[in-house]
Parts: sequence; structure tokens; C-alpha cells
Amino acid sequence: MAYNKRIDGRKFDEIREMKAQVGIIPNADGSAMFQIGKTIALAAVYGPRELFPKFLQNSDRGILRCYYNMMSFSGSGERVRPGPSRRSKEISYITENALLPALNLEDFPNSVVDVYIELLQTDAGTRCAGITAAAMALADAGFQMKDLVSAASVGFIENRLIVDVSNEEEHYEKGNTDIPIAMMPRTGEITLLQMDGFASKEELAEGIIVAKAVCMEIYKVQQEALKARYKK
Amino acid sequence: MGEIKIKDKEVTVPGEVLAVGMDYLPAGGAFRDKEEIIASQVGIVNISGRLIKLVSLNTRYMPKKGDRIIGKVADIGPNAWYVDFGFYNQGAIALADGSLEYIPRGADLSQYYAVGDYVVAIVVFVTRDNHVNLSLKGPGLRKLSEGRIIKINPAKVPRVIGKEASMITMVKNMTECRVIVGQNGWVWISGLDLVKESIAIEAINLIDTRAHIQGLTDEVKNFLEKKLGGKSGVQQEN
Repeated sequence: MAYNKRIDGRKFDEIREMKAQVGIIPNADGSAMFQIGKTIALAAVYGPRELFPKFLQNSDRGILRCYYNMMSFSGSGERVRPGPSRRSKEISYITENALLPALNLEDFPNSVVDVYIELLQTDAGTRCAGITAAAMALADAGFQMKDLVSAASVGFIENRLIVDVSNEEEHYEKGNTDIPIAMMPRTGEITLLQMDGFASKEELAEGIIVAKAVCMEIYKVQQEALKARYKK
Repeated sequence: MGEIKIKDKEVTVPGEVLAVGMDYLPAGGAFRDKEEIIASQVGIVNISGRLIKLVSLNTRYMPKKGDRIIGKVADIGPNAWYVDFGFYNQGAIALADGSLEYIPRGADLSQYYAVGDYVVAIVVFVTRDNHVNLSLKGPGLRKLSEGRIIKINPAKVPRVIGKEASMITMVKNMTECRVIVGQNGWVWISGLDLVKESIAIEAINLIDTRAHIQGLTDEVKNFLEKKLGGKSGVQQEN
């Protein structure tokens, strides 16, 4: 039986409903919320600020530190154990790598820019929602950026390409391939590409083209949210 | 031949293409990448002829030589004071730069400026890795004793001061307060009438939140007239 209809009834190229807002955490230098479907990510940026421990300081440029975390109530009922896990440490690391190409931290040697990402509610696509929110928060904080970073996921179920994979689809009994991707919209440069599953070279190539188009849709939402703060 | 892709005074976000073509010159937060002029920050675009200038709406303060800033003494070393002023490094005031008067070596520095004191200082030098030297030697540079300190975004400082200091002079005159606006966004306000002092603070906060609006000077003037109307005993007929 081929996967002919998506579990939540969406079209195969349909993204879940999105919402975004910036400046929601007044204490932070910059902040943003990004919601896609039921996944809600909050990002807060503090910096540049003095970096401790000193041995981490880089005299050429500031460093970026990302902290990805899922809140204890963010899952579907079972309590998420608090504190960093191997998964959250890895996601923090890939988030840093996804955001760094857009930033220019050479103006702030020996400093750190801390980006905190918290998932309020999770329904797959959390690392992408986190990166999307973090990019908005960095722009909100006034950092000079070459571009924003927009992130989304595509996937394959039974060889059918799906856009914006949901949690149920990620755990589909017959197997699923999940491809999170992050991109700088103006140049189309990819800053994150991961794959969890199997795909042929052609499938992956097609998936990336479609994913880039999805990221452009995410970018529109980010732009609107950043501009909305300064509407007359 | 090129093309401008955005309207004057429009809000822009990082990565947005502002203009295409070699005729145009980027300024402020706008930069050139091959044929395109691109925004690097969230801000307002000012187009004047071929110059495309991006003015940021929210910025981290970057000290430069000659800036007058307000800071708070955070630490005292053997020959220097260390001052927090909203930058990620503290500013250092050397013994020799502490005052127009002579300060002898070995003197108790806290007798001059103690931890917790606010000072108006000038940025003397910023090193390659952003270590900042400040000085209190100069006209008007001193410890602040009375009044209140508020913090606004450094990007809004030019707006608060206004063209030829028109905006800040209006606020000062109408509220009868002394005001010093630091380039770092820290502002000192002091008035004999505490109610008018609070109104001056409200006016400055208003400029901070509405800096992207045109006609702000009139808006602030109306705001002050309304708030001060009752205070000076003049009844408003509505």
C-alpha cells in the first residue's frame, strides 16, 4: 500500500500553518517565537558579552554558543527529562554551524553571543523551528548578518516526497526518511543538511530542490515578523 | 543602469536586496555584494540620490574615540577605575585620566569615584581587540550625583538628540531638566521638579519606542504639552 494520503490530510507539498513574532522576551537583546504546526520554538539572544571561561576566548572574533532544549512538558504527555542530553548537545552544535555563516562576529573579539532555544511544544521539525527562531532573534538583536537563515524539513515515505514532516509521519510504521535543511535565502547556500533514513541520489537531489523552496516560504514569515515590530 | 528595489524610509531585514547596479553607494548597515546592495540589519532605508543608507533600529553599542558616554564604576584597581557602560568589555580609566586635578600615586581611588558611582566620561582609545580607555579629564566630565539614569537603545541616540540638538533641547526646556545623552544609550536626567523629571523620562522613552516614525518632533511636543499642561497651572480648554 503506497502512502497516498498524508496522516494529517495535508497535500504532499503543503507546509503546516506558521506563526512568528519577535521581541517577545524584553530582557533579551533579541528574541523571537516561531511556530509551525504544533511545534513552537522560542529563541533568546544575549550578547555580545564577556566570555568565561577565558580559554574559550578567540582574539580574532566573538564565538557563538547555542543551547537547544526541549521543555519538560513539550512532548505529548511523557515528561522530558530536564538537562542536556547527547541529542540536545548535537542539535546545539548543528544549530551553531547553521547560523555562523550568516553572522559576522569579527567586530567583537573575545566575546560570546549566547543563543538560547527552548521548545515549548514539539511535533517534529524542532531543530528547524529552533534555527528559524534563532535567526530572527539575532536579527532582532541588531547583529549585522549577511542574510537570515531559514530552516525546514522534507522527507520520504514509501518513496513519496513529503514537505514539513510531522511527528506521526516521522514515526510511520513502514519507515520514513527525514531531511532537515537550513538555507540562507538570498544566495541559496545550505548551512544545515542532515538525513535520517534512506534515499537515492536522485531522490535526495529532488528533495533538496523542494526543501529550498519551502525555506523561501519560511523566509517570508520571518521577514514579516521582523518588519511587523516597526509597523507605524 | 540600476534599479532601487525598496522605497525610502521603508523597514528592511538582513539579506534583503535594496538596489541593483553599480551606480549606487551603500552606507550604514548596507553593503555591496557584486551587483547588489544588501541590508545587513533590521533598519530603515534612507535614499538620497545614489546613496542608500541603512540606519539600524536596534544596535549593540560599539565605542569609538571621542564618544561621550555615561557609565557606572564597577571595580577599582591599583591605578585605574573600571567602568560598565553597556559594552561587553569594561572601560578603564587610568589614574592620570581620572580628573583635571592632580591625583597622587598611592591615593585612595575610591575617595574620588567609588564603586557604584555613575560618571560622564569620554572614550579615549579603543584597541584592536576592543579594550576601551576612558577619561574624565575634560569639560563637563564628572561624577553624577543627583538625578536618574535610564537606558535607551544606542541606535536611537541621534533621534533623541535631534538635528542640531533640536529634540533634546526641546525636552530640556519644556521640562526644565538637565539631560546628558551618552552615545552608549545611557541617559542622565535631573530636574528640580521631580514630576517634570519623570515627564522628561517618559518623553525620552517615547522617542526610543517611536524612533522610526516621521513627524516625531511634533508628536513629542504634543505629548509634553499635554503632560505639562496641568503641572504649570495652565488649564487646557477641551
